[in-house]
Amino acid sequence: MFGSQSSLVMYDEEFKRISSVIEKLLREANAKVIFLVDKNGQLIAATGATENLDTTSLASLTAGNIAATGGLAKLIGEKEFSILFHEGEKDNLHISIVAGRVILVVIFDARSSLGLVRLRVKKSSDELGTIFHDLAKKAEEMEKGGTSQSPFAEITDDDIDNLFS
Amino acid sequence: MSFINYASREINCKIVYYGPGLCGKTTNLQLVYQKTAPDAKGKMISLATETERTLFFDFLPLALGEIRGFKTRFHLYTVPGQVFYDASRKLILKGVDGVVFVADSQEDRLDANIESMENLKTNLEEQGYQLENLPFVVQYNKRDLPNLTPLDELRKLLNPDNVPDFEACATTGEGVFETLKAVAKLILVDLKKGGR
Repeated sequence: MFGSQSSLVMYDEEFKRISSVIEKLLREANAKVIFLVDKNGQLIAATGATENLDTTSLASLTAGNIAATGGLAKLIGEKEFSILFHEGEKDNLHISIVAGRVILVVIFDARSSLGLVRLRVKKSSDELGTIFHDLAKKAEEMEKGGTSQSPFAEITDDDIDNLFS
Repeated sequence: MSFINYASREINCKIVYYGPGLCGKTTNLQLVYQKTAPDAKGKMISLATETERTLFFDFLPLALGEIRGFKTRFHLYTVPGQVFYDASRKLILKGVDGVVFVADSQEDRLDANIESMENLKTNLEEQGYQLENLPFVVQYNKRDLPNLTPLDELRKLLNPDNVPDFEACATTGEGVFETLKAVAKLILVDLKKGGR
């Protein structure tokens, strides 16, 4: 219902593929900023004019927003609301759910339009869906093959204590 | 549910502060925010009512430093404690890696503590978690006030499994970091085991 409960793992290869898809979307949709967030509020990737943006907070609030509207959807018998749109005086937010698990956020202004953003987001969503599908398969295979070594498997109690010294 | 990012060499974990209304969950986060070096924290977000009661959640991102070349980040969330915000509480527990239960030590809040603990268990189970299997610590807050429930009784009622627990006064900061460190440590040990 809320995706798997195992850890989300991101590898270099998929991260590059994801980055290239959202960079392309940024250009084609004439957007200002695009970011991808896990449904739990973890930022996965961001591109565009992010320098003055608090992307961590944006990620957490976006996930909260999706969770709240998801709760509303269930109350009225819908599975989820897969697209949200917030219109501001200058900037607008287009939020959509990709592959049932991640949230794609597009920030755009008058240089673009809702129609264009929706069109481009749809195409990119399919591409991102494939990548996340591959990612899930890869993580599963690694787990089966026993090669899914958490980087934390080797840490010692001292390593942990040192964090708090 | 932690997020391990090999591309940016980061690991993100989610800690949720749970407890009855007005027990001091938000105060815990505010204190952590105040006492943390600026480069180790992000902005603290509070979605609260006009009377400063938590409406949806508080959020505070913290960077603890590096372990084996991986940046460790913790996202601290509180839930709204008031009974009627149960739907929101459930949402915030999604993807949780560790839970802090903040108890209000005042005698007249004993029932509210017990009710909130039961609510935590129910809501976790709905998401497929068992409290016993999660990194979990208990904080007995407001130890500076009069009319306290004795510690033994609180322990017996709220911490039968003997998880790490701490006496605290969140307004002065006593016990706040001890609590946070304890839950963070349990989460890291859990990750080490690769348990979930």
